[in-house]
Amino acid sequence: MAKVDYKVLVGLEIHVQLYTRTKMFCGCELAFGAEPNSRVCPVCLGMPGSLPVMNKQAVEFSILAGLALNCQIADFTKWDRKGYYYPDLPKNYQISQYDLPLALNGYIEIPLKDGSFKRIRITRAHLEEDAGKNLHTAGNFSQVDLNRAGTPLLEIVTEPDMNSAAEVRTLAEELQRIVRYLGVSEADMQKGHMRFEPNINLIIEENGKQFRTPIVEVKNLNSFRALENSINYEIVRQSDQFENSRIELEMGNKSTRGWDDAKEVTVLQREKEEAHDYRYFPDPDLVPVRVNEQWLNEIKSRLCELPFSKRIRYTTEYGLSNYDVGVLTAERATANFFEATIAAGGEPKRVCNILTQIGLKLANARGCAITELGPKAADIAQLAQMAQTSEISATAANTILEEMVNTGKGPRELAEQLNLIQKSDAGELEAIVDEVLKNNSQAVADFKEGGKKSGKARGFLLGQVMQKTKGTANPKIAGEILDKKLA
Amino acid sequence: MDKKIDKSQVKKVAKLARLDLSEAEIEEFAVQLNAIIDYVERMNKLNTEGVEPMAHCLPVSNVFRDDIIKESLGTEKTLANAPQQDGQFFKVPKILEEQ
Repeated sequence: MAKVDYKVLVGLEIHVQLYTRTKMFCGCELAFGAEPNSRVCPVCLGMPGSLPVMNKQAVEFSILAGLALNCQIADFTKWDRKGYYYPDLPKNYQISQYDLPLALNGYIEIPLKDGSFKRIRITRAHLEEDAGKNLHTAGNFSQVDLNRAGTPLLEIVTEPDMNSAAEVRTLAEELQRIVRYLGVSEADMQKGHMRFEPNINLIIEENGKQFRTPIVEVKNLNSFRALENSINYEIVRQSDQFENSRIELEMGNKSTRGWDDAKEVTVLQREKEEAHDYRYFPDPDLVPVRVNEQWLNEIKSRLCELPFSKRIRYTTEYGLSNYDVGVLTAERATANFFEATIAAGGEPKRVCNILTQIGLKLANARGCAITELGPKAADIAQLAQMAQTSEISATAANTILEEMVNTGKGPRELAEQLNLIQKSDAGELEAIVDEVLKNNSQAVADFKEGGKKSGKARGFLLGQVMQKTKGTANPKIAGEILDKKLA
Repeated sequence: MDKKIDKSQVKKVAKLARLDLSEAEIEEFAVQLNAIIDYVERMNKLNTEGVEPMAHCLPVSNVFRDDIIKESLGTEKTLANAPQQDGQFFKVPKILEEQ
């Protein structure tokens, strides 16, 4: 058996549905799950004499996303017709952008497991319209629903810079976070708001020689899991196929495969990439888009801090762990809430613990965002301060937060009501310590004997103090008093 | 007249446009298309050096509409002209992946 090594190359095409109210070229409402063919007008029906008009919001969302992906934004871009012969686009062409896309030459930084980042280049991003839906029912006909026809899609194309299925998934998830942060897409996978088409091949190294396997494009994946699994499947399949057939990449032997979700395999759809003749040409119905500096700056001002920058800032500025940073930056609402709590005076690490250990759990259990739990950032900040100054214990902070959510009361009121304020009053604690020492002479004797028994005896005595105060003694202060008395 | 468009090209274009042409039509269109190409080719005599390709015949750009919902036709009207429909959907011949 020859020594074989391989490297995986994956480039990704992603279609992101933009979060506009209406379609790309007409005023029909985008309504998921609406009655079939109820959101259709002469424009999306492709009726003669109807004329498309650009949705300004969709163009601005695309520019915003392009900026966030570090792309150059074209100052001149136009619309092209792409020949398309399926009944889900009755015009017989799709309006897209061919040679002058809205955004070019960007990159996206994806977080790797070890906390470092990898830069994946973005080739281009352009706007186009979605097709309707064909339902393949039994019998000799298909049903067509045109509600989705004309929905604005941003197509993002990466360079083949990813080297594993896990990296591709990370990129897809990072992209989901970015478009959600920007508010340009809901990026709801269940509703098909993000669809993926990975291009996969291998560079196989055998006895010092390199071979490239033919590129496979897997069509229309709509979950992160399917994306990751289909790539892993292709890696094994292509390496096996190469071993058996020795077929290498050449012009025109790219093939297209589909993903069978039930069997978890890719299935051949089209063997040879017939030189696809889409017969692109400029759409005479639509005028070009010019983006001047003033407009571009205006859109730039709507950019927010992106997950990538937040992660770096939370790590360096607040000293949080990679894991915590990942949790806090996953949703913009969570990150904003975290920052508002810090702005209200909460110590970052303490706030992070309260939010990640209990806040997000409560939110998940209720199926809501952390911002919808009830307590305001200022309340959480106060709670964090109380824990920070040992007024309450860390465990008590969690209990109190839960009660804040349940009752809507403030942290101090609840701490008092639940008797969770730690006794830090030295005089009061001293009396309790004296009593404990008096009633436990054996433990005191054990302590004085020194050695192994000593530590155990101290722990026991401190435990008695905690018990007597029903856990409300500040353990640090109680310990200090105890040590002073035992010395 | 030298042939710029032969019958095989007419067949290819017809296939892309999903047109079913008879042999006689292919002959006829090859002649007509050649005449059209000859006519348009006169443009090649013009010097277009330094002239930007034109994306649109009107000197207009940025014609937008606001993202405001307009009433759609509704299912009944949408389907009114369909050759076949079932009250909810357009019915079309079963779609098969092209080979």
